[in-house]
Amino acid sequence: MDVRQIAKLAHLEITEEEIELYTPQMTEIVNYIEQLNELETDNIEPMLGGLTEEGKATDTGRDDLVKTSLGQESALSEAPAGVAGHFQVPKVL
Amino acid sequence: MTIRTIIEKALNNAVKLNPQLNSFLSIENEHALAQADTLDAGTDDLSLKGFPIAVKDNICTKGMQTTCGSRILQNYQAHFNATAIEKLNAAGAIVVGKTNMDEFAMGSSNESSAFGPVKNPWDITRVPGGSSGGSAVAVASGVVRAALGSETGGSVRQPASLCGIVGFKPTYGRISRYGLVAFASSLDNIGIFGQTVRDTAGVLGVIAGRDERDSTSANVDVPDYLAEINNEISGKLIGVPHALFGEGLDSEVRASVEQSIENFKNLGAEIVDIELPHAKYGIAVYYIIATAEASSNLARYDGVRYGFRAEETAALREMYFKTREEGFGEEVKRRIMLGTYVLSSGYYDAYYAKAQKVRSLVKQDYEHAFTKCDAIITPTSPSVAFKLGEKSRDPLAMYLNDVYTVSANLAGVPAISVPCGISSEGLPIGLQLTGNFWSENTLLNLASRYEEHFPLGAKPKIFAE
Repeated sequence: MDVRQIAKLAHLEITEEEIELYTPQMTEIVNYIEQLNELETDNIEPMLGGLTEEGKATDTGRDDLVKTSLGQESALSEAPAGVAGHFQVPKVL
Repeated sequence: MTIRTIIEKALNNAVKLNPQLNSFLSIENEHALAQADTLDAGTDDLSLKGFPIAVKDNICTKGMQTTCGSRILQNYQAHFNATAIEKLNAAGAIVVGKTNMDEFAMGSSNESSAFGPVKNPWDITRVPGGSSGGSAVAVASGVVRAALGSETGGSVRQPASLCGIVGFKPTYGRISRYGLVAFASSLDNIGIFGQTVRDTAGVLGVIAGRDERDSTSANVDVPDYLAEINNEISGKLIGVPHALFGEGLDSEVRASVEQSIENFKNLGAEIVDIELPHAKYGIAVYYIIATAEASSNLARYDGVRYGFRAEETAALREMYFKTREEGFGEEVKRRIMLGTYVLSSGYYDAYYAKAQKVRSLVKQDYEHAFTKCDAIITPTSPSVAFKLGEKSRDPLAMYLNDVYTVSANLAGVPAISVPCGISSEGLPIGLQLTGNFWSENTLLNLASRYEEHFPLGAKPKIFAE
């Protein structure tokens, strides 16, 4: 298992020590979950979410009305950096 | 007695016990007392008037911290109330504090919290269970009579069992998840801890129901959960999946739950044999689906809009990588990476798609079982509370603690843990009752009758006066 590559996909900067820690642990867990291969599932429908039949039947439509939301000041107040009503980040390139 | 007196007592007990137990991450004196004074001044008749409650720190509470037990949200203040909190406040309940938890609700021992582990009040060298360990301990130690937790794979029932209290997970869609920080959205529920089944039912009645802000909340009528709680249970059919009482189950836990099956017989229930042939695959399915959903849900923690940001990074991409590396703890990173792996190109069908199919089989097991019985009895946890540090270096061993609880989350059915015995080491044991979709009433009725006739008769060593 290439933990360095997985960490990159997950946007995690990872240390050599962590690679040594995680590689055997994650290999063991993946071996464990592979026991599902014992089961023949070709004709089984996947369960896509947690919803009950009643939940699926719930009408989730609503009228398209304007409502007050969080607001700019509140939305920005938890940001690590902001300027002139915007979120601020380091340069992209 | 004024409401202020009741709330002051809860706050004082929280402050007094927290150095030993570490169950609270914040104790909300100012908010709670202001609310108490407002209620004291009013004359409204409210169902939970002046009822102190503790809330897991992944449920948003306006003006209070909501850290998810993580460094990445260490200074985060919620700007709105979760629907469950809104409803509790409207019914007169008062949040006295936010409780410690495994980071982002990932763990079964509370040791993955960025703010130190919670201690079990029956024996402070042992874990309280997780991930809602702080809420469990706040109730078990007598600070509050009820608390909110969250459940993705057993995070309310398992700590309830290890702490000797009631822990309840409703049907998926029964309680709005608006304001519950997402971990694995198709599995997450808000759950309830209570010192008694009655307290649990009282809180459920207030917070259950459809909410327009959570499209997964179902439009199903909310019954009066207290009305049928004391009904006779003679003739109720309780299913026993004998195959689940074998390998990996502690012998004292087995003996205690087998005794409780006899006790249910003595209350007039009928015992029937059932099978849940795919339950043994529950953990494998769970650790694919939950980690996959978590890897997606936790992508939002990137140091831009809220939470922690790593210092002195030269460019955006470096900022993302460093923020997430420094902000997340070990277990969260492990699960994000597992989820990333099972969803990655070339592996998706082998893991995620396969798990979704087996999830169908787990659900079908319950559908078959509930044609034969009203509820299924099993242990809640395969062992009593284990020692701090005992499993923290072995993630797979930790995951196997959830063997009895994850299936209800996968299927979406409700389940409750009720104390049923004390081990030779003086630690509580819990039984689990799992019911059909929307059968919360039946579970609460069975649990309440059991509790009334077979009370635990013991209290933890550390208990608020």
